[in-house]
Amino acid sequence: MGDAWSLPDIRTPLGARADLYQRLREFMRVRDILEVETPTLCATATPDPNLHSLDTTLTLPDGRQRTLYLHTSPEYAMKRLLADGSGAIYQICKVFRDEEAGRVHNPEFSMLEWYRPHFDSRHMMDEIGELLEWLGFRSPQRVTYEAIFRAVTGLNPHTCATAELQLEASKAGFASEQAERSELLDFLFDHIRGDYMQDDSPYMVHDFPACQAALARLRHDNWPVAERFELFINDLEIANGFYELNDSAEQRWRFLEENRIRKQNGRPQQVLDEAFLAALDALPECAGVAMGLDRLLMCMTGATCIEDVLPFVLDAK
Amino acid sequence: MATYSTNEFKSGLKIMLDNDPCSIVENEFVKPGKGQAFNRVKIRNLKTGRILEKTFKSGESVEAADVLDLELQYLYNDGELWHFMDQGSYEQYEANESVVGDAAQWIKGEEMCTVTLWNDVPISVMPPNFVYLEITDTDPGVRGDTASGGTKPATLETGAVVKVPLFIETGEVLKIDTRTGEYVGRARD
Repeated sequence: MGDAWSLPDIRTPLGARADLYQRLREFMRVRDILEVETPTLCATATPDPNLHSLDTTLTLPDGRQRTLYLHTSPEYAMKRLLADGSGAIYQICKVFRDEEAGRVHNPEFSMLEWYRPHFDSRHMMDEIGELLEWLGFRSPQRVTYEAIFRAVTGLNPHTCATAELQLEASKAGFASEQAERSELLDFLFDHIRGDYMQDDSPYMVHDFPACQAALARLRHDNWPVAERFELFINDLEIANGFYELNDSAEQRWRFLEENRIRKQNGRPQQVLDEAFLAALDALPECAGVAMGLDRLLMCMTGATCIEDVLPFVLDAK
Repeated sequence: MATYSTNEFKSGLKIMLDNDPCSIVENEFVKPGKGQAFNRVKIRNLKTGRILEKTFKSGESVEAADVLDLELQYLYNDGELWHFMDQGSYEQYEANESVVGDAAQWIKGEEMCTVTLWNDVPISVMPPNFVYLEITDTDPGVRGDTASGGTKPATLETGAVVKVPLFIETGEVLKIDTRTGEYVGRARD
């Protein structure tokens, strides 16, 4: 035991991180994107069934207490600023996720999140490409979720039967017998995308299955797809973005559905962030993206585990 | 029925998979930012020795395998079964040919073997890393030739055949590394 935080054996690239942040801020400044801060301590926690918020107790001077939650992303607060007329904004902050630790996961990590009023998915993916080039990467190859899925499994992820996904997952070594459609898609996509992304260039995957829309709009082509996109570099998930849903009734319905899944999983149901929901109908048409900066640094420095780019490592033992 | 949650997974943990006892070799936490968390594990089937890659939903429970490694002394082979004894409790265990497998060619009696028990029944036998066995048959030695580097086959008292240097003679006792099946030296060296 002893001190929870220890310096790693090898000196981490402190300079690489400082340089990255400076370049990110230059990129944002020339585009007139305003840097903002939002609270780390929040009154409500995300109902996303796969995100677990750390909580803490605030004690006021008069002795009253209340539970507050460390944000898992600054999304709700930043959308309230957008609804209030902030214009384009970005934030670089620490976010916190309980129950996540591993080779490419740290329970607290650094995130760059930015929002662009009047952008759609295509504009936002273009701007992410410009940012990557600014940082010395190649511009990402753009490919749909469906194209990757079809190329490796032959299945259409939007329309195939859940039983077909279950069969494909079992063949690929999925040992759990009970899984929802979205969980099977998560497993399979994680398992197969390496077969598709064989070179080290960045890939921008777009048009996710409707059941994985999260806070993205749905678009109805032959079937509904989520206007959601993700950036991968060296098989690492680097960024997740949406053409943002601004329909509070639809968002409330999704939150309630997430709480239903939480209940089914034996997790506490979360109180909904009513201030966020109330602001959503005033949210301008916009796209937004969240980018994991520790993983981006891994790609820039050739690190194979996240600890290699962290100046302090959490001793969980 | 004892179970383990995936958050207890670590290398060496023994679990049941498809009705066979297995040992976890490697465990990695995998999670998409907006999706389900998984434990991706490399796992060894303790009956076949095969390594598989499997993925579990994090938070699930998996049946524990009642598996135990014991250091047992090999006593004798009755023509069908190999007999082993726990030198502490004097309890005896029997293993058939498919369980003993390749270990059979290295043991003649009295060796201490690692025997893996599943529900108290042996499922695999590991011989000691090094065994000492006498040569029962090999071509006549080339006296003094310790430098030419050539080898020849030699049959050991257990029936195993190993490659030995040309100067080795029938009747000599050799030290063998059972992990590689290679001659290490003469027993007296």
